Amino acid sequence: MALNTLHDGFSEKGALIERHWQELNARRRLYTWLGLAILAVALSGSLWFANETNAGKFFDRLPYLFDFVGDMVPRDGLEVFRALFDLPSPYDDGSFKYNYPEGRLYITESLYIPEYFHKMLETLNIALFSTIIGMVFGFLLCFLAAKNLVANRLLRGFVRRFMEILRAFPEVVLAGFFLAILSLGPLPAVIAVSIHTVGALGKLFFEVVENADMKAEEGLRAVGASWIERVWFGIVPQVLPNFVSYFLLRLEINVRASTIIGAVGGGGIGELLRLSIGQNHQAKTLAIVLLLLITIIAVDQFSAWLRRKLVGDHAFRLAQ
Amino acid sequence: MTTLNPAEMDEIAARHPAVFHRSFWQRFRVAFITGGFVLYALYCWWFFAIGHVLGTANWNIAGTYLADWVSYEVRPEVTIADDGAMKLTFPRFSPLGPNAEPDWVEIERGTMTRTTPAAGASITTAKKPASMGFMGEGAVLGGSAAAAEGMATATTREEEVVKRARITLNSSTSVEVVPDRVTVQHAGETLVVDMTGSHVKPEGALPAWATQKTPGQKITLAFGFAGWGEIEAGDVSIRRRFLGWANFIFDTNSPFHGKSTSEVVSLITSGDRIDAKQSNLSLAWNNILYNAEWQHLDVWTKLLQTIVMAFVGTLFAMLLAFPLAFLAARNITRNWFSNQITKRLFDFLRSVDMLIWALFFTRAFGPGPLAGMSAIFFTDTGTLGKLYSEALENIDDKQREGVKSVGAAPVAVQRYGVLPQVMPLFASQALYFWESNTRSATIIGAVGAGGIGLKLWEAMRTNSDWENVAYMVLLILIVVFVFDGISNALRSRLMGKPAH
Repeated sequence: MALNTLHDGFSEKGALIERHWQELNARRRLYTWLGLAILAVALSGSLWFANETNAGKFFDRLPYLFDFVGDMVPRDGLEVFRALFDLPSPYDDGSFKYNYPEGRLYITESLYIPEYFHKMLETLNIALFSTIIGMVFGFLLCFLAAKNLVANRLLRGFVRRFMEILRAFPEVVLAGFFLAILSLGPLPAVIAVSIHTVGALGKLFFEVVENADMKAEEGLRAVGASWIERVWFGIVPQVLPNFVSYFLLRLEINVRASTIIGAVGGGGIGELLRLSIGQNHQAKTLAIVLLLLITIIAVDQFSAWLRRKLVGDHAFRLAQ
Repeated sequence: MTTLNPAEMDEIAARHPAVFHRSFWQRFRVAFITGGFVLYALYCWWFFAIGHVLGTANWNIAGTYLADWVSYEVRPEVTIADDGAMKLTFPRFSPLGPNAEPDWVEIERGTMTRTTPAAGASITTAKKPASMGFMGEGAVLGGSAAAAEGMATATTREEEVVKRARITLNSSTSVEVVPDRVTVQHAGETLVVDMTGSHVKPEGALPAWATQKTPGQKITLAFGFAGWGEIEAGDVSIRRRFLGWANFIFDTNSPFHGKSTSEVVSLITSGDRIDAKQSNLSLAWNNILYNAEWQHLDVWTKLLQTIVMAFVGTLFAMLLAFPLAFLAARNITRNWFSNQITKRLFDFLRSVDMLIWALFFTRAFGPGPLAGMSAIFFTDTGTLGKLYSEALENIDDKQREGVKSVGAAPVAVQRYGVLPQVMPLFASQALYFWESNTRSATIIGAVGAGGIGLKLWEAMRTNSDWENVAYMVLLILIVVFVFDGISNALRSRLMGKPAH
């Protein structure tokens, strides 16, 4: 079939199809352009609004950005490590800027933990402990939300809505509320992160449970197993690797979350970072950033390695 | 029911050695792991001093704070002067407005002759708080001031005072005050308090809902959700709790305050202009926007900032991550050097936490949405770039080869051989991050990056504006749920199957 026959002489039917195709194509193009135009309008409106309501205007402040980057350079390269390990600084003038050794936490007469390591440990503990709490409650809740295990729509819907609310409730508010009751310390951060984690892990868990193979459960049902036995022996063994994988993923996210919660008053390294950036302590800031960077990369790598071992590559979907 | 004979059982055991002869670790791993978790929990109990913190926590305050989320208190206060003249006042910022006369407070007025030693210039005493009961012009003063000035002449005059006040909290709870006696009724019990002299003396035993720490001093009344009260010598203050948000639409300074919906509507549609400069509609709208207690305009602006932060941040991140991902994907750009550079850049952007970027840009741009936007942009360029490049590395090569084999230019190969495969995934991931960033934008706002987070944090710090916190949380929840729905719907359309 030569190409030109296609263009010149269509049969009646062919011409109709050609016309329809052209129309559809034109409409699709129109929608694409319309969508892009709406996006462009929304974007420029947003940018204008953001610039207008910001304390400093973008182009006015841009030079200061570079100044600020320049300000962050410490007096010498070793200063960062002195701050990190709480070693005395040669520039010490009695101000808070160079008082590194004062943060030392002595375990014995001469052996001490540097302040930032201790605070980092606190942040890591907040993350790990609240991920564990989240996993325990998410585990208990997820089976009640799964369609294949609970026939009662009301119960299922209730548990799902409950988890949604836990997930969507702003962590700042939880942290702030418990700060008001429990007074300062890491516990409000633990509670805030845990509550959020219950919702987030519960959702991921029940999706795994819904995709589980029901044959084992049917077998158990056939021999008269109770609901708990069916779940425990039929479902849990096949979903556990995925659960652990999600647990590790959540741990990565929670390390970041607990740093942020720390910055709004929950203790840990986040608070120190906020203070030292606010007061322009270059070496301290850089030391904390370095420590955070290393810790986050280490946790990510460890969790990726463990997940790969547990479930193979397919579970590398990033989840919230 | 069939039973197995021993030979059959042995045979089965021999066929499945993995089930019947398990290693030590296999047999006890559950116990080990559980034990590990328990030990870690104990360590955390010690590390966070959980027992101590929970023990010293102020749980009564928690109840009050929680009640504040959805209710408000009105605080009438009855003051009794030494000569028995009573006065009923509301605090300056009462939710009912300055001169309220609610129907649950019954007042019996009367006149009495008061002998007042008048002093000359004693402004200091006239400035005593309202609770002392000496209000108004002409400075009615106590004996001490007269002694201090030494030039007082006693005057007598007729004054209108409150003879009896009865405050009803609910059907079973009421407080009645006459100058020398307070009668409190709650849950079927009656407490009569003798107020003569400067002592507070309950007649009979105190009911369970009333407490007095030292005899003759303050009595505290707790009525549960209905409210609470305090009886002191010369001063009875009651807090009645109402469910709901007070003055949510018009504050007490607004001319529309306290009017019913139909009254407001008729004022707006056909009433005379309250303010000569603008119509009643625009006055009402202004009053709503600038409501002093709820600050609707400010809250909405801040919420919009948060939404904008998430939207622009994610969009820019997507736009930048898109071309970079092509550079980072091994199978698209066959250059080890550029692959590594871009991948390490993604890792760096991702690993420097959103918090660090937020604090950094807050210092640079000042508090506001620009800082939050930049923080989201930097972090998500890393995350999206990583995801995109991984998606690109996993594409099916056949399409690309097909396009290449007909002699297409390199750009056309990407456009027709690669993009159709990954575009739905890219868009879906960007949508997912848009939605989850709406949540994160709230929290980085609290460290100074603008938006509703900062406002929330400020409202919480005072510990008295929990109803405003509840309002903002409600708005955030609505926004998050709506965006969740939009993003899920778009994603499931893009991916051709339900995203969940």
